[in-house]
Amino acid sequence: MYEVRFHGRGGQGAVTAAAMLAAALLEEGKYAVSIPSFGFERRGAPVVSFLRCSDREIRQLTNIYTPDCLICVDPTLAKSVDIFAGLKPGGTLVQASHRPLEEVVIADTVGTVGLCDAIGIALQIFKKPITNTLMLGAFARTTGVVSLDALKRSLEDSDFRDAGLKQNMVALERGYNETTVHTIDRRVAA
Amino acid sequence: MTTATLETPIPTKPAKQKVMLVEGNEAAALGVALARPDMVAVYPITPQSSLVEHVAKLIADGKMDADIVDAEGEHSVLSVLQGGALAGARTYTATCGPGLAFMFEPYFRTSGMRLPIVMSIVTRDGITPQSVWGGHQDAMTVREVGWVQVYCETVQEVLDTTIMAFKIAEHHDVMLPVNVCLDGNYLSYGTSRVELPNQEDVDAFMGVKDVNWHVALDPLRPMAVDPLTGGSGGKGPSTFVRYRKGQCKGMQNSLRVIEEVHAEWAQRFGRSFAPLVEEYRLDGADYAIMTLGSMTGAAKDAIDEARDAGKNVGLIKIKTFSPFPIDALLKSLDKIQALGVVDRSVGFRWNCGPMYQETMGVLYRLGRHIPSMSFIGGLAGADITTGHFHRVIEATEKLLSSPAPIEPVWLNEKD
Repeated sequence: MYEVRFHGRGGQGAVTAAAMLAAALLEEGKYAVSIPSFGFERRGAPVVSFLRCSDREIRQLTNIYTPDCLICVDPTLAKSVDIFAGLKPGGTLVQASHRPLEEVVIADTVGTVGLCDAIGIALQIFKKPITNTLMLGAFARTTGVVSLDALKRSLEDSDFRDAGLKQNMVALERGYNETTVHTIDRRVAA
Repeated sequence: MTTATLETPIPTKPAKQKVMLVEGNEAAALGVALARPDMVAVYPITPQSSLVEHVAKLIADGKMDADIVDAEGEHSVLSVLQGGALAGARTYTATCGPGLAFMFEPYFRTSGMRLPIVMSIVTRDGITPQSVWGGHQDAMTVREVGWVQVYCETVQEVLDTTIMAFKIAEHHDVMLPVNVCLDGNYLSYGTSRVELPNQEDVDAFMGVKDVNWHVALDPLRPMAVDPLTGGSGGKGPSTFVRYRKGQCKGMQNSLRVIEEVHAEWAQRFGRSFAPLVEEYRLDGADYAIMTLGSMTGAAKDAIDEARDAGKNVGLIKIKTFSPFPIDALLKSLDKIQALGVVDRSVGFRWNCGPMYQETMGVLYRLGRHIPSMSFIGGLAGADITTGHFHRVIEATEKLLSSPAPIEPVWLNEKD
């Protein structure tokens, strides 16, 4: 079982991203379940969604408390929300940020970091800070849990509210290509 | 009463099906479309659910050939469908929480008039304290009004059960409305893999539509529908008893029909769901926990972990809550020595969960004392995790050696 928790703000598409990732994983023959967390979904308010994937059928329909990976589609969220709560030791953070690794908030449990200037790229593509498809590309690049091809096929089947498929395809590819992956060596740090 | 064989023969191999990824609400809508209702009525109350939006879209996109009535309130929604059902239409709606409360008067009338309307309840907790989140309180509140009520565990089960519900409701030995209950939030918005049956295979399963044969709004055979009856004089008392007794008989018949329809579904589509009561790792168990709805997945994972840790525990899941499956449950209860029942709603009168309260009645019929206790969790959208179920398992195990507490355990009290 591989568990992902998405962090974002209302309107950035974190819930949709979890569903699109689940569809892509299904394309690859895996079982996947995504669940949004339940709160008042105002634009700008912190939101969370969850995704589980496995080679076997997934039975539990619950929130995720000890994720393997965090996808944070907003660069400022880590300042106001404890996005690292419960992250498994050595876990992965895929973070939207234009800053270098040294300036990004990272908890001790993080083993791998994928960084993508998703807001900057989104403003070029959409003229709006919609980062979800970009960050799916960044997730694929960072973890290899899903392929870019499967994500492309998943996007083709999705309905987009704020932008078209073409723009989201560009966003997905740029997210994949413009992500830097860093391994945190704890032995050196210690 | 005889039932004509209207269905096509069952194929020897289950049909091939398209694999998709959908949320529970969309799965329900796809099931509705496959069952080909003639008429759908909805009211987009806040909070409704995306279920009726999916149904409306299927109709707007020409993928579903049904009349849709956007009524002025939930009370009208069900009243409109009563007219449709009386005229011989296959009818459907979905509601929850406040909408269900507002439709209570026609809700009572629907079962009394033996109208086989199918209605999804995307279950929610009670209206106040203010909450729009999931729970079983809305469906539990109306459990004593003569509707058949089934609860689903997975998104696939929502899709399949929604189709089966029409066949159960319209069976001539039943002729009762059916609620397909799917847990708000975790199941309604939980997105997972489903296999979508082909239309031709569902058509073969459903057979020839024969919704209304006992009473009809038909100008060629005018008749009084739902005349005033009862009272203490003339034929009033016996007429009223005949109606009520018939309803009770229809409810009891539904237990058999639900089993038959599930068996046929398994043959045609290759997917088996326990129709009334499911046992999971119950054989050889000393004690069991009991669940309802989408919480069951996490409970099964907890049971596996507990079994691996050497605990002799099993699980009993209720699918059909109304009518309460007494005989099926007796068989399961007969295998164990202690029981913990987890409810996602409260029974105010007994200070315990409603399913626990019903189960106590069945335990009396068992004729042997089984210590038991009530757990209440997952209210108003709260989560019930494997961790919560491990607490349930531990507390239930203690019943084997120490007295059962009278008070319920509130699982999310410290969350």
